[in-house]
Amino acid sequence: MKPLYRIMAIVKKEVRQLRRDRLTFGMVVGLPVIQMLLFGYAINTDVRNLRTAISDQAGTHLARQFVAELRQTQVVDIIEFVETAEELEQLLRGGKISIGVVIPPDFDRRVSDQSRSAVQLLVDGTDPTILGVANQLKTMPIGFDSAGHAAASQQLLEVRPFYNPERRTPVNIIPGLMGVILTMTMILFTAVAIVRERERGNLELLINTPLSSTELMVGKVIPYIVIGMLQLALILAVGRLLFDVPVRGSIADLYLAASAFVAANLSLGLLISTAAKTQFQAMQMMVFVLLPSILLSGFMFPFDGMPTLAKYIGEVLPNTHFIRLTRGIMLRDATLPELLPDLFYLIGFTLVAMIVAAMRFSKRLD
Amino acid sequence: MHSEFAIEARGLSKQFGELRAVSSLDLDVPRGEIYGFLGPNGSGKSTTIRMLCGLLTPTEGSATVLDTDVPENSKDLKPKIGYMTQRFSLFGDMTVFENLQFIAEIYSYPFADRSTRIGELLDRYDLVAQRNQLAGTMSGGERQRLALACAVLHHPELLLLDEPTSAVDPQSRRDFWENLFRLAGGGTTILVSTHYMDEAERCHRLAILDHGVKVADGTPQELQNRTGMHVLEVIADDPYAAQGAIHELEAVASVTQLGVRLRVLIPDSHEHPRELVEHALAARNLKATTRLTAATLEDVFVAVTMKPRKT
Repeated sequence: MKPLYRIMAIVKKEVRQLRRDRLTFGMVVGLPVIQMLLFGYAINTDVRNLRTAISDQAGTHLARQFVAELRQTQVVDIIEFVETAEELEQLLRGGKISIGVVIPPDFDRRVSDQSRSAVQLLVDGTDPTILGVANQLKTMPIGFDSAGHAAASQQLLEVRPFYNPERRTPVNIIPGLMGVILTMTMILFTAVAIVRERERGNLELLINTPLSSTELMVGKVIPYIVIGMLQLALILAVGRLLFDVPVRGSIADLYLAASAFVAANLSLGLLISTAAKTQFQAMQMMVFVLLPSILLSGFMFPFDGMPTLAKYIGEVLPNTHFIRLTRGIMLRDATLPELLPDLFYLIGFTLVAMIVAAMRFSKRLD
Repeated sequence: MHSEFAIEARGLSKQFGELRAVSSLDLDVPRGEIYGFLGPNGSGKSTTIRMLCGLLTPTEGSATVLDTDVPENSKDLKPKIGYMTQRFSLFGDMTVFENLQFIAEIYSYPFADRSTRIGELLDRYDLVAQRNQLAGTMSGGERQRLALACAVLHHPELLLLDEPTSAVDPQSRRDFWENLFRLAGGGTTILVSTHYMDEAERCHRLAILDHGVKVADGTPQELQNRTGMHVLEVIADDPYAAQGAIHELEAVASVTQLGVRLRVLIPDSHEHPRELVEHALAARNLKATTRLTAATLEDVFVAVTMKPRKT
């Protein structure tokens, strides 16, 4: 029981200090609101290699030729062939693909019939950039070998945006922004947590008490998990009121995902705190994490369109996984079981960062 | 295995890069005594204290504190020691009461007796009026009393105090020492570092540190009795000129001016120190009276930390 009491002592102390620190307290509320207002719109750019699955129900020579042409555009990266359109929708909802291509059984006949489109593109419309790219695909010139078919290329494809029929950017931005705001505030709070005590001299006192490193770490993280949850509620409320962003999935799922994400960021903050010598250094290191979390997480630019190295870096960042989770839950009505790998990554990240932080924080001064 | 010493250290050394902060320190601190570390800034006092409570790992040597080997088992030691850092290390943005409460929680002080104990400490260390004041807004003396109250809250067997009085006024220092004697009377061993002579004199026993080396140790009385120096007090009409004249004598180890008086240290291998000095002064027509006197702790300090004289 003693460790528990000591953790609670730290928690109580942190809350007390936080209550008296007006600046930090203001950041809890102010930062998310200001950020939300600032990021009204996002910068987007050209995209390539969108993950795509194809349901070729025709299986004809012409259909295969169409798929080859599609592949040649390099806009899509065909990763899977499935049987039915329902399977495509499943992949789409799980975030495994961005575009699904349905080639109907009567493809050959449709190609010659100018009044109907021959192919349906199911597009993850939560990201307007991807939707834009899909719309470009619609006009792609497809040179079938028989000249008679060439004229038909204009109506060959029909685009069906899923999940964001109005094609509004904020719908895509807010769930991502949630991750960015939480990354910023959570890392900020904990990155300075240990360093500040070191700078103020409190640490020399603390490490001479029976308090263990783990107790100190856990005690410091708990109050901020609560704050993270409050911020999440604030962001959701502002998103709803100002930008009309829906939560299509379950709120419980969202909060569960957010808890894992907040814990991951707090542990990362603590890790920074054990490495930094001054609060200023801690800030610098935080920026080092924050920038890629904005640029490489899929928040600003569609993840699929990024160069390979950037993707690898992105995969390491908790925010990348959290954005996949939030977009899935809030916009595509996905459930957590469909998004488990991302949730597991966040939990694993937390454990590793926490253990390394506790190991790095020795109760010594040398 | 219960040692009669609260602290036993053998060959304790600490190297920081090029700097040898503490060098082959042997230490025996008897239980229930106030043991002083006297030395200038940078003499290794803080480093030694930090090694003794496990905050720093010695480069060489070993130490046993309250029958516990440090730094190996310093975890077991923590509940038994109280530590007062040189710099105020409590939470400035919490009140006096909150700080005490936090310390009580960290040391798992029995819940039922907690408020009684805190009330007792507020009373004892004269902090009742400051109970709800933020620690950061208090005066140096008040902070120091709070720091001591926090350090002794859990009834430690050993109290390590790193220059506890460096930021407080003389009256606060006197009160502080009254408190230390009361604690020692209650059986607490106290290790205190200082650079004040008057404080060193109050210790039961002390070690003088200079550049990381223990240059002398013993009771203040013992140290004063075996300086190895004659101490000559000279009252001169022109003390500055007299100092110059005496300084020229090769036999003289040190001359210090205190107002109109000069304190002259001459190694006791000289049989007639007084005549030597009087002769030198007379040769320059300087009027002065001289008398041999007992060594003070300051004389001891000067004698043991003296650099060899350049000729």
